[in-house]
Amino acid sequence: MTSGNGSRPTAIEVRGLVKNYDEVEAVKGVEFEVATGEVFGFLGPNGAGKTTTINMLCTLVKPTAGSASVAGHDVVTERDDVRRNIGLVFQDPTLDNYLTAEQNLRLHAELYGLQRDLVAPRMRQVLEMVGLWDRKDSPTGTYSGGMRRRLEIARGMLHSPRVLFLDEPTIGLDPQTRRSIWSYIAELKEREEITIFMTTHYMDEAEWCDRIAIMDHGEIVALDAPDRLKAGVGTDRVTIHTADDQAAIAALKDRFDIDAVMSEGHVTFGVPGGEEFVPRLFAELDVVIEGVSVSRPTLDDVFMSFTGTTIRDAEEDAGKNRNRMMMQMMHGGRR
Amino acid sequence: MSTTTQPAERAPRTETPVIQVHVPPHSIFSELRAIRIVWRRDLIRFVNDRIRMMATLVQPLLFLFVLGSGLQQLASSGTHGVNLKTFIYPGILCISVMFTAMFSAASIVWDREFGFLREMLVAPVRRSSIVIGKCFGGATVACTQGVIMILLAPLVGVPYSVELIVGIFVLQLLLAFTITAFGVMIAVRIKQMQAFFGVMQMIVMPMFFISGALFPVSNLPGWLTVLNRIDPLTYAVDPMKKLVFNHINITPVARHVLDPGVTWWGWRVPTLLEVGVILAIGLGCLGVAIWEFSSTE
Repeated sequence: MTSGNGSRPTAIEVRGLVKNYDEVEAVKGVEFEVATGEVFGFLGPNGAGKTTTINMLCTLVKPTAGSASVAGHDVVTERDDVRRNIGLVFQDPTLDNYLTAEQNLRLHAELYGLQRDLVAPRMRQVLEMVGLWDRKDSPTGTYSGGMRRRLEIARGMLHSPRVLFLDEPTIGLDPQTRRSIWSYIAELKEREEITIFMTTHYMDEAEWCDRIAIMDHGEIVALDAPDRLKAGVGTDRVTIHTADDQAAIAALKDRFDIDAVMSEGHVTFGVPGGEEFVPRLFAELDVVIEGVSVSRPTLDDVFMSFTGTTIRDAEEDAGKNRNRMMMQMMHGGRR
Repeated sequence: MSTTTQPAERAPRTETPVIQVHVPPHSIFSELRAIRIVWRRDLIRFVNDRIRMMATLVQPLLFLFVLGSGLQQLASSGTHGVNLKTFIYPGILCISVMFTAMFSAASIVWDREFGFLREMLVAPVRRSSIVIGKCFGGATVACTQGVIMILLAPLVGVPYSVELIVGIFVLQLLLAFTITAFGVMIAVRIKQMQAFFGVMQMIVMPMFFISGALFPVSNLPGWLTVLNRIDPLTYAVDPMKKLVFNHINITPVARHVLDPGVTWWGWRVPTLLEVGVILAIGLGCLGVAIWEFSSTE
């Protein structure tokens, strides 16, 4: 289960964790372990249950069933001990924008009861790590989005947590800022003995993780190192632009016994040895092909091979579901 | 900036040892510390917010001098020669504290809307400490304003005395605490600032008008008497009136008309009981607020 990290102690252990909201099953009995020092990613579309799981691990939400322990403490019965040992960076900002960066961090230090004489040097260390030491006296209201996220990471690290939770740490940031946030996280992992648990729905970011769990509809559908997950797909992804997509899908099934699907407006399918397949495709498919691309498997393909849909399509579905639920609520459904 | 993607480039800094701190186990001290920090944050925010500070200072002056001077011409016969400003002074002492305390309570909604509440909710402290800290914070900020109002006493014909100042201060502190607890009790259920202000309009303004801050509470129409006796603010305004009227020279007749005291079925409610009512309501609201706050996710 821990894929080679068996010798190291377990940082997070989750057994049959369930969370129901009214009739909606947000998390349906997930199980996994995270080893100390690991960067563990939770991947999946919005609405897959990632944030609910993270909230249960952070003791913010009580599980309906099952158990979980973080840093050796049970999230329900030893809530305070869990909280002392974890750092959190939320999806939504949680800084007090009326206060300066330093005031925000001091407030955090007080809330956690850090040793007085260590607060100043530790604060300097985390602020330097995220490159905000020279801006410590500015109110955080004057910060850019990326700076605020960096400050939140610094604050999450201030009390030397053993496990750092990052819920979508790079959401809504531009690619360059996302990259720099990742370099801070990588440095963090190198410098401090810390386990990082994060969620993301950016496939490319999941590559930074030692292991990832793919989550869909409240369940973990796959869990392994990114490379091994990709190797497990075993096929290359071929995407074709055709004059008649439906005819192409039928022809692919008929001639090659390939199940192609429509994704983001194009016909796409997995096939072993994609580059060798392309000449056959042109020779034998009697539908006009206007363009073709072949790619090595990505985590997107991993997601697709396990769920049958791309992450973006899954999010559109989830969005529609949410809208439907909203409509039901507005039309006299119970709240 | 873009060159910072390689962690190796910053390797030299890793030579300085990582400072490891640790979070002490949960204890009563954690809670006291949490109460103090929530309280202090409210003060820092109040001091940083210049506009709110100005509004806090100007508003009671408006009530006292504009309302007081404006209505004086109409009221001189009814007040038996007592300046209207002097008459409404005790009431204004109460309501200025009330508005400020309500505003402080609103910050819990604000914190929820802007996310900071979560930072406090995940800290290794009880939610009750956050609520208590909030109530103390609101009470302290309101009393800051109260002190300024106390200093204005001579301007409305009320001379300073130690007894008066201490008395007013204690009453204001108590009232500010109760109102903040009341506001927090409402605020923890509300997710949006606008909704909170809507509720405030519906509750605060009637409480203010009905309390007798601007009129004597005897010989009112029956329905108003009932409402007045139900209004918790009545029991803060009445002792405040007694306190202030004890310190000015007026005829017994005027005193009787202007400060008739609150009665329950003809029985004059003693000051201590009135203070007890305010305290009990405050503690009750605090209890409900803690309960509500602890049971929401």
